[in-house]
Amino acid sequence: MRASPSILPMIVDAISLQREGATLLDQVSFTLPQGGITAIIGPNGAGKTLTLRLCQGLITPNSGRVVWTHNAPMRRAMVFQHPVMLRRSVRANIEHTVRAIGGDTKRIDAALSRFALTTLANRPARLLSGGEQQRLAIARAWAQAPELLLLDEPSSQLDPGQTRDIEMLIQQLAADGITILMTTHDLGQARRLAKRILFFNRGRLIEDNTAGSFFTAPATQEAQTFLTGELLT
Amino acid sequence: MDLLAAFSEAFGLITRLDPGFVAIVGLSLRVSLTAVLLAALIGLPLGAWLALARFPGRSLLVVAINALMGLPPVVAGLIVFLVLSRSGPLGSLGLLFTPSAMIIAQTLLVLPIVISLTRATVEELWSEYRDHLTALGLTGFRAVPTLLWDGRFALTTGLLAGFGRASAEVGAVLMVGGNIAHYTRTMTTTIALETSKGDLALALGLSLILMTLTLMINGAAYAASRIGARFAGS
Repeated sequence: MRASPSILPMIVDAISLQREGATLLDQVSFTLPQGGITAIIGPNGAGKTLTLRLCQGLITPNSGRVVWTHNAPMRRAMVFQHPVMLRRSVRANIEHTVRAIGGDTKRIDAALSRFALTTLANRPARLLSGGEQQRLAIARAWAQAPELLLLDEPSSQLDPGQTRDIEMLIQQLAADGITILMTTHDLGQARRLAKRILFFNRGRLIEDNTAGSFFTAPATQEAQTFLTGELLT
Repeated sequence: MDLLAAFSEAFGLITRLDPGFVAIVGLSLRVSLTAVLLAALIGLPLGAWLALARFPGRSLLVVAINALMGLPPVVAGLIVFLVLSRSGPLGSLGLLFTPSAMIIAQTLLVLPIVISLTRATVEELWSEYRDHLTALGLTGFRAVPTLLWDGRFALTTGLLAGFGRASAEVGAVLMVGGNIAHYTRTMTTTIALETSKGDLALALGLSLILMTLTLMINGAAYAASRIGARFAGS
């Protein structure tokens, strides 16, 4: 049981983002309750990653806001599409994160063990394979004891075997009660993992639906077009 | 003295650890190492600040510091001489023609190298680490320890380059140290003086030590980059 109150639900309230005259996000609103896996999908440039970065607080919207039930920034963690590997060992990468947030140092060894990194603990992180680096990035995020995990295209650089391993990890984390908000361009992955789909196109949230309904009977014409593999304009 | 005899005498000075010879080498190392240490203490945080800070005129400052990496030693010597001379702003300290003045002059020479290399290293790391560190709340100067530590191998190479410059220069220490026997006479100033006097043995002996030192510095720099690649993947 967590000692501090939950940071969720998170309310994304009418956020808009403009850069250099272009509207990158346009009045996006949704609420993320506790639990489950939510996938943000859409074509390139839809605003998927920007939405995650806004939720993490890495960028500030021009208008709108992200409202947390309880403000505790370190209770959310983000894994980037190209994970940043510090020029240190695997263990030292996890240790750095835990010490940076003043976390529980017992989670360092726990993370190594849980994510099958113990035998790699002393290897330089930057010399790991793509799959191992992604596993380390998730382990590092887990070591923060997050309530919300933001995953940006967690398997875009991986082969099918590595993708399967990462998807299993994501499902295990969700089963442990960590809320997951992820982006993916892989419709199969969204179908396999997500309970809820946020479909974006050209900076707008087009459809917010359960995964079952979205993939069988999408409510919008744009989603139907996207799912049939046709190009969206 | 023929060349062969000079070489023989030079080896003799080294192998029997001639006290006068050892004292000159010792003073040179003490002055240059202290200068590098001071330059590191000042230059590492200053370089990191320059990498992360954004202010009007920053680009100009970066260019100026880069240009100062090529500061002629005699100009550095002249600046320190003017500051420490009796009529200068720090003349009352009585530091001119002391090892301390030589340390100050060499620090002035090494500092731009340390600042520039630190700025470049930290800037590159920050562009790569920004998102991760920001997500951990490590922004601004809270990110500096991480960036300096992860740039440690590149920074070590920079400090070694600084030591190389300090130990090899002659103009600045000659001007502010005065080349006083048994007090401010370093390897480079002794080599210049003894050669002009025709005493090649001491000059050759010290040259051999200087060359060995240069070789060791380059070896250490190479080792630092290899260790960095092996243990940090950098």
